[in-house]
Amino acid sequence: MTGPLDEVFRREAGRCTATLIRVLGDIDLAEDAVAEAFAIAAEQWPKTGIPPNPGGWITTTARNRAIDWLRRESTRGEKHLAAHRLHLESMEPDHNPELDRLDDFVDVVADDQLRLMFLCAHPALAADAQVGLILRLLAGLSAGEIATAFLVPDATMAQRIVRAKRKLHDNHASYRIPGAAELPDRLHAVLAAIYLIFTEGHTATSGQTLTRTGLSAEAIRLGRTLAGLMPDEPEAIGLLALMLLSESRRAARIAADGTMVRLADQDRNRWDRTLISEGHELVRACLRRNQPGPFQIQAAIAAVHADAPTAESTDWPQIIALYDQLCALRPSPVAALNRSVAIAELHGPIAGLDALAEIDPAALENYQPYHAARADLLARAGRHHEAVAAYDRAIELATNTIERDFLIRQRAAL
Amino acid sequence: MPKYLISAWHDDNYELDFSAPDAQRRVARVGAFNEELHQAGAWVFAAGLHPASSATVVRSSGGEVSMTDGPYAETKEQMGGFWVIEAPDLDAALAWAGKAAAASEGPVEVRPAEG
Repeated sequence: MTGPLDEVFRREAGRCTATLIRVLGDIDLAEDAVAEAFAIAAEQWPKTGIPPNPGGWITTTARNRAIDWLRRESTRGEKHLAAHRLHLESMEPDHNPELDRLDDFVDVVADDQLRLMFLCAHPALAADAQVGLILRLLAGLSAGEIATAFLVPDATMAQRIVRAKRKLHDNHASYRIPGAAELPDRLHAVLAAIYLIFTEGHTATSGQTLTRTGLSAEAIRLGRTLAGLMPDEPEAIGLLALMLLSESRRAARIAADGTMVRLADQDRNRWDRTLISEGHELVRACLRRNQPGPFQIQAAIAAVHADAPTAESTDWPQIIALYDQLCALRPSPVAALNRSVAIAELHGPIAGLDALAEIDPAALENYQPYHAARADLLARAGRHHEAVAAYDRAIELATNTIERDFLIRQRAAL
Repeated sequence: MPKYLISAWHDDNYELDFSAPDAQRRVARVGAFNEELHQAGAWVFAAGLHPASSATVVRSSGGEVSMTDGPYAETKEQMGGFWVIEAPDLDAALAWAGKAAAASEGPVEVRPAEG
């Protein structure tokens, strides 16, 4: 039973929590009620079998349990009820048909998931708090699991999540889908938070292993959900495509001896063709809409890489054109850095260094990939002394053991 | 309706010279913003403050009251003025804060009031 129940939990926990937050008007109460409903399911389902609509069963059971709790509390005083911004009458089953016929109200549940995504990625929260809340409430991970994935102490992550929930509560953050005027910015915050989860899983910023598959898989799952909820938002599809295309290279990024392999040196036969073809299809689908955005452009760049059977046959002019577009649309020092690297591939290391020189060095002073890229270009231009200094800085900044080992080998090869 | 404090912050070393064109422009913009708050029914109270050097800290301990000269927080940035507004939710308060930042030409902090 554990297997099937786990599967229902994975699929439904976030959706049920999203709906319960709206019904109960309180995040903590919704979380407790959903956890309780899954505990009841673990007890009953082995005897009764899994109900036909497990998500509806969990949501209804959680709702009923929360009503019980609140009734008991209300005998102690009205204050508790008021704190939950809750109207008890409207929660009686007869007055709440949507919950009893969940199958008929798929749109309502989908809207709840979107509301929860926008709430978790509220721009008033710091990025690490957004990420913690998303993994806790939408992916159903425990604070301990999230802490392990991010290599921080359990108590740190638990406190981060509690503080974020408290801030949203104290500030009277609304549970709603942003209006048209604010949607682009708010959606970008949601996409950026999911992408942050993905990149943390893709290139772990610290620790012994280069990738933490669990986080990437959660990010892709969230990306799929979001793309399904907002099929008319090309950026949501662009993000999913970008993640799938990056994920397709996972196996090739680590050599048999555990060392890191650069894109140019990767064995392209080890790239996952299924992920690439799905990513390609999504890129084509969103580009057809002709509403370019940063995630779509980055996905298109990843698609160009995926198209090349060898590193030498990469269509660099196309990649540079895409980076030009990205830098015009959403200028950032990191995008400019990647553009410089592409220029070096087409026009040589001197041209790449010239492009790098246009970026304000202060903006990337503590960004390890900047120093690593600069070191590589300096080495290729024959400026070995400067290259060693740049490698030294990159090694100093590298927090991931495997990346640091790679840089040390590069420096030694000079 | 929830209430929020929107405070405007700036470097402590300012001297308010109302004859300067910069100050006059800000006064005009803040005046227009205040009018907008009134029109929308969001206004509770607002004030610009004299420089932090005009402040006195008062403490009470065991029935004894003592005073010291200067602001409580010895920081480079000080509060130069504030609004208390009513807004239905955080997003509405943040939208007002954006206008407050534009009017005061500096960063503002939004903080919910208890209750």
